[in-house]
Amino acid sequence: MMKGDLTMSIEDKVIKIIAEKLDVDPVEIVPGASLIDDLGADSLDLVELVMTMEEEFDIEISDDDTKDLVTVKNAIDYIIGHL
Amino acid sequence: MPDQIKRTVVVTGGSRGIGRAICLVFANPDTRIFFNYSRSEEDARQTEEVVSQAGGYASGLQIDVSSLTDVARFFKTILDETGRVDILVNNAGIARDALIVRMSEADWDAVLNTNLKGTFNCTKLAAKAMLKQRYGRIINITSVVGVSGNPGQANYVASKAGIIGLTKSVARELATRNITVNAVAPGYIETEMTNKLSDKAKSEMVGLVPAGRAGKPSEVADVVEFLASEKASYITGQVIHVSGGMYI
Repeated sequence: MMKGDLTMSIEDKVIKIIAEKLDVDPVEIVPGASLIDDLGADSLDLVELVMTMEEEFDIEISDDDTKDLVTVKNAIDYIIGHL
Repeated sequence: MPDQIKRTVVVTGGSRGIGRAICLVFANPDTRIFFNYSRSEEDARQTEEVVSQAGGYASGLQIDVSSLTDVARFFKTILDETGRVDILVNNAGIARDALIVRMSEADWDAVLNTNLKGTFNCTKLAAKAMLKQRYGRIINITSVVGVSGNPGQANYVASKAGIIGLTKSVARELATRNITVNAVAPGYIETEMTNKLSDKAKSEMVGLVPAGRAGKPSEVADVVEFLASEKASYITGQVIHVSGGMYI
C-alpha cells in the first residue's frame, strides 16, 4: 500500500516535469508516449528533462541510461528503480 | 534578463590584463563578479580592490581552468552563493611560443589545456545553470591570430581557432534557450603577455595594425560588455574582431 502510494506520487511528479518542460497537456502524457516522437521533445529538451529529474529525485542519470529513456513509462520506471 | 536580481558574472583569468578590464566593465551595484586566477594572489586582490572602488563586488578564487574538478568546485561555490550564472567570459589564456619543430609536447598540452579545454570546462558548467534560467551570455576571448595564423604560435593559434569552433557549435545548441555565445578576437593589445615581446617585435606588430597603435584592454572589455547586454540579444555565434583592423 505504501509502495503503491509512493509509486503514484513519482509518476505524478514525472508527468508534471514533462508537462512543464515540454509545454504539453498532461493528458497527452500517457505511459506509452514517446518523448521525442509523440511529445515533441528535442535533444536539448531531453537533457533538460534529465537535469530536472536528477534534481527533483536526487539521483544521477548517466548519459548511457539517458538513451534508454524513450517513453514516459521508461522515465517513470527508471526513477522508481533508482531511488 | 531578470531586472530585480543581481547578475552573476564569471570571468576566467580575471586578475590581470584584459580579464581585469572585463571585471571592471561589469563593476556596479547590480552585479556580483567571480573570477579565477592561476598564480598571483596579489593581482587577484588588486582586481577585487579596483572593482570595489568602482562600486562593484568581485571575488577571486585560485582555480585551474584546465581541471574539470577544479572548475566544478568553482561553479559550485558560485551557485551556492548566488544561485545563478548570467554571464560567463572565458578569458583565461596562456602562451608558450616556439616554432613547430622546437615546440615541446608540454608546451602544446599546457596551452591547449588552459585555453581550449578550460573554455570547454567552464562553458559546460555554466550552460547547465543557464539552461535552467532560460538566460545566459557566454563570451569567449579568442584572438585575431586564431583566424589569420601566426608563426611561432601553433599551439596558441590552434587553441584560439578551437575556441571559435566551440563558440559556433554551442551557439547553435543553446540558441533556443535565450543563451547567446559569441567570441571576441583581440589583436595587439597592451598587456603583460605582449609586454614580454621585444621592442622590435612590438614595432613590427604595430606595423601590422592599420590603426597604427596597440589596443587597450578596456577597448576589448567594452565589446564584451556590449555582447553581454540586452542590446546584443540577437547576436550569437559571431566572432567580433577588436584589432584596429589587423584582420579585415
